[in-house]
Amino acid sequence: MGGVRTFPFHMSEEEQRRFAKAQERLDRLGGALPVVNVGETIQADEEAAFLRGHGTQLVDGKLVATVCGIVERVNKLISVRPLRARYNPGTGDVVVGRITEVVAPKRWKVDVNSKQDAQLMLSAVNLPGGLQRRRTADDELNMRNFFEERDLISAEVQAVHQDGSIHLHTRSLKYGKLEKGQLTQVAPYLVKRLNHHFYQLKQFGLEIIFACNGYIWISGPSEIPDKKGASSELLVNVSNVNEMHQCTGNKESTVPTEKREKICRCANALRVLNALGLLIYPESIIDTYEASLMWGTDIKDMLSGEFHVKVLEREVSKRSKSV
Amino acid sequence: MEYISPEGLRLDGRRPMEMRQLHAELGVIAKADGSATFEMGNTKVVAAVYGPREVQNRSQQLQEQALVRCEYSMATFSTGERRKRGKGDRRSTEISLVIRQTMESAILTHLLPRSQIDIFVQVLQADGGTRSACINAAALALADAGIPMRDLVASCAAGFLNNTPLLDLNYTEDSGGGPDVTVGVFPKLDKISLLQMDSKLPIDLFEKVLELATEGAKATAEYMRERLSENTRQLVSARGLLRF
Repeated sequence: MGGVRTFPFHMSEEEQRRFAKAQERLDRLGGALPVVNVGETIQADEEAAFLRGHGTQLVDGKLVATVCGIVERVNKLISVRPLRARYNPGTGDVVVGRITEVVAPKRWKVDVNSKQDAQLMLSAVNLPGGLQRRRTADDELNMRNFFEERDLISAEVQAVHQDGSIHLHTRSLKYGKLEKGQLTQVAPYLVKRLNHHFYQLKQFGLEIIFACNGYIWISGPSEIPDKKGASSELLVNVSNVNEMHQCTGNKESTVPTEKREKICRCANALRVLNALGLLIYPESIIDTYEASLMWGTDIKDMLSGEFHVKVLEREVSKRSKSV
Repeated sequence: MEYISPEGLRLDGRRPMEMRQLHAELGVIAKADGSATFEMGNTKVVAAVYGPREVQNRSQQLQEQALVRCEYSMATFSTGERRKRGKGDRRSTEISLVIRQTMESAILTHLLPRSQIDIFVQVLQADGGTRSACINAAALALADAGIPMRDLVASCAAGFLNNTPLLDLNYTEDSGGGPDVTVGVFPKLDKISLLQMDSKLPIDLFEKVLELATEGAKATAEYMRERLSENTRQLVSARGLLRF
């Protein structure tokens, strides 16, 4: 028997043995991180005052964890950060979401893998024809021409309110509808915080959005639109949203097979990292991608037990070198 | 019928105060937010937790706290005789309710306003004590999903047959017609969140049986805690030493 967790891939006996061994070595390299589980007392300095943070509760004057995770201490504040939880939004995070509903009073509901659906107000999107324009009743009626149910969008978290409701905005050219790519879901806690969440993998000709909520979007590089030409054209037909839509989304062009294969390989690299619980950031993806090329692994074989074991062993040897 | 042999052994060879072998696994369902299987001897159940997520039926939405839903079902192949069971029969509705109430008392629902948590438990093999096994599996699945809880909930049953209190009844003992006490406890807080009994028992004997069941539940909790910490450590060490 291996560990406690069941993995979503099949392994032969030999592979299982190698996997367990690699995991054990990883465990040893892990060092002593302060880990707690539900209902365990958190060791706090006696005498010293402490502040109760997220994931903790007070029971008879002692701090007890309410989730399983890592204990974090910032001065007096003690909190527990859960692993494998849903996305906990923070203002300024880049997210990718799926429109679930177009709700009557000027807003869209967006699924962002959080405790509740986020809201995208009509006033928080860029309308065609200038940045600061009054939202007319016409715009409200034409909301479906921007985003329909099941559309994917990238956005930024504008605010998280006291009651837990999340507000998004897309008021920048980099945000908006996503097309011609693939969405891959990973655990939010594995996504590393970066300076830029829009990342170009130039060597593969791919673009990745490392959304903090674990919805990762991979696409070929977006054709850079002629901004000046487009905007002047837009000014002419300000009210006609339909036409605006047609000039941004060039629907006829298709993605060539070669590019699709690259996208799929990248997506599978993500899936492998996610299944193994390894951290997800540009370098780790490039590394896995290149490893799959080096070993001559087919795209479909990347989800096999063998590839998972190899990636884990590679990670172990890399970490033991750096220690 | 003799439930205890003259040597003091039960039908399956256990002592009266002995539990069955426990086994738990986490993360068994890739798509769920949290999942676990729990085995007590030949009883095996699987639990999946989805959420906290947006409330599906808006009229059920609660402004101040999370909505907890639970669905219990038995696989057709779970019992000796193959039988198809409907979703809405009385027994499963009652057990769903029991599991839901127990879990709701453990979850800090006020931290998750306007959201919904779905718990699905299914019995894969039934050999007595499915109620307890379901509660244990659901508690592990909730912990795996990172849902804040007051404490772990652990459950165990005890009965009284042949003038002896018996811990963790199996199917044959359960159908012996004696009393069957199921408890759910918060091990850290040392509180009881669930207490059920069918048939009658004198009060002094009841206390004995209850104490036995509570002890059993605490032992189960200890095992669950071990499995959870193993799981958490595994997740942390894979992710790496990096700060969040």
